[in-house]
Amino acid sequence: MTDPRTLRRSWYEESARGRLLHLLDADSFTEFLGPERRETSPHLSLFDLPRQFDDGIIVGAGRIDGRPVLVAAQEGRFMGGAIGEVHGAKLTGLLHAAAKMRRDIVILFDTGGVRLQEANAGELAISEIMRAVLEARSEGARVIGLLGGRAGCYGGGSLIAGCCSALVISEQGRLSVSGPEVIETNKGVEEFDSRDRALVWRTMGGKHRYLIGGADVFVEDDIAAFRAGAIAALQRPATLDPTVLQAEQTRLEHRLRHFGDAHDATEIWARLHVDDPREIPERDIAAFLTTANSHRENADAAR
Amino acid sequence: MQLADILSSLFPAGHEITQADGLVTGWGRLDQQNRIDLIGIAGKTYPGVDEAIALAGHILSVARRPDSSPLLFLVDSGSQRMSRRDELLGLSEALAHLAKALWQAEHAGHRTVGLLYGGSAAGAFIATALACGSLVALPTAWPEVMDLPSMARVTKLPLATLKEKAETTPVFAPGLDNLLATGAIAEVWDPAASLNAQLAAFLAKPVSRDPRAQWGADRGGRPKAAMIAAEVERLALLHG
Amino acid sequence: MENLLYELKSTQTGGTRAVALVGVVASGNLEILLERREAPDRCVIEIATPAHGFAELWAAVTEDFAARAAAGGLRITINDGGARPDMVALRLAQGVRLMEKPE
Repeated sequence: MTDPRTLRRSWYEESARGRLLHLLDADSFTEFLGPERRETSPHLSLFDLPRQFDDGIIVGAGRIDGRPVLVAAQEGRFMGGAIGEVHGAKLTGLLHAAAKMRRDIVILFDTGGVRLQEANAGELAISEIMRAVLEARSEGARVIGLLGGRAGCYGGGSLIAGCCSALVISEQGRLSVSGPEVIETNKGVEEFDSRDRALVWRTMGGKHRYLIGGADVFVEDDIAAFRAGAIAALQRPATLDPTVLQAEQTRLEHRLRHFGDAHDATEIWARLHVDDPREIPERDIAAFLTTANSHRENADAAR
Repeated sequence: MQLADILSSLFPAGHEITQADGLVTGWGRLDQQNRIDLIGIAGKTYPGVDEAIALAGHILSVARRPDSSPLLFLVDSGSQRMSRRDELLGLSEALAHLAKALWQAEHAGHRTVGLLYGGSAAGAFIATALACGSLVALPTAWPEVMDLPSMARVTKLPLATLKEKAETTPVFAPGLDNLLATGAIAEVWDPAASLNAQLAAFLAKPVSRDPRAQWGADRGGRPKAAMIAAEVERLALLHG
Repeated sequence: MENLLYELKSTQTGGTRAVALVGVVASGNLEILLERREAPDRCVIEIATPAHGFAELWAAVTEDFAARAAAGGLRITINDGGARPDMVALRLAQGVRLMEKPE
């Protein structure tokens, strides 16, 4: 339980470096290929766009509650956290090390997906990252995703998240392949009104994902809560084998069968026998967790 | 090249497929002794949760078999389906699961080879063609992250500007040449020659851990990815 | 992109920290990398900015900074996302404070 005297520090509002500072044990962080190395994007100058020294992702090593981990944190305010060539390669390399060292790795997602100015490089990076996540897991490393940043976890980022062994999400977190605006642009406002914030959160937000088994740990928008959530996620088994994948196949087929014709999240929550499903968005975290934990779908040993 | 012609050229010794709802399953005779499994998305279908989960189920049943026959994934799709329903039902999990199923098949000894002969875009591209252990293409293939008009809208740049910039770099625009230059595609096959011979020759080549970043460096499309990944890995291992 | 370079005199920065980073490249914001590698009375400021034609403004802000703050010994490299002068001044001050903090 968080000490009530401790000031709550919003994960959503914090920078990537700030999140790392308070997520990890004090003085435990070493950055790899930090900003002073100036490994910036070779492509952004073509579009007259400013570069960032770390290309929007910080990678390194540290400890969480004494446990050595590798960490990667995306900065959602630089180009929407979008994944370009260097950004993607930093994470790929870190995951290769995680596999070789059999070291757990925590990824702080905050991304709109592929960086369009480097689209092909970003797309390939995502594929390489996914493969590297699965390799790391097959070596016994846990790959934990933390989702609660301003840019959400969209596009290719959501596919990487789907390869992780466990996901920690806050109410502010959003997890989806296509974003609200993209669906509206392609299919029209009747299909998805991107300005309907409540609809966005019911469809893609942390509470729905937790209830439907799309995320494993639900936390408050607070860095200390994310730290506790990461610690909990790091205790979960991370085996990736045919049994786990068959279990995932079963749970996804079950989801389609039971909820495939639902029109809205509220209908799904009702079918989960959640009381007052329409009040879920308003419910505070304690009340939400009480309900959720007795009714939700889970992905235990099935992710 | 139409799917039927591709299959005939791939499997002169015979093949059998079932095609339903845009998905293909079946097998083909590589030669008189060896069959390989077939799976595919055809007709520019936009895979959503239903398609991804169905395909994954087939792939996992191939993966479970103790033999080591390869799995060929034929691809002619759109992007992932963009709908409220698919996101509500967790499309990201379904697509990731499909990629995991392909990885599992490869890991279990069933080499997964993607053959891109039509379209493939965005999340569908990542979860199908790019999730195969190796990826080859026919010259008719049209892989993309996003079409240029949509990219122009999102980046708020004029389409003409994007087209102009696309002539100086393969790093963002659609098309087979660009995805080849950035390292996505191992080989482009000759549709006028026997696809069976080209497949057999390809399967005889050794597999290595993800060579795509190095191809991107060698071919000039991704100058930094391989060396950045190697450097971060080195620093992490050094740190211990 | 416009690239600007200013070499200024300043009193020596305190502390021993070798490198510090403040800010983020985003609209209205900027990123500043500070490195302790110049002569003790010299401050070098390099700027990359997508906004053209503001050299005079940058000159004024950097001169003012070097005169008021102890920035000697620092190489300061800026990636600008389109920040206003007051934001630039704020980040520069934050950067120097960070360089002077004990590690």
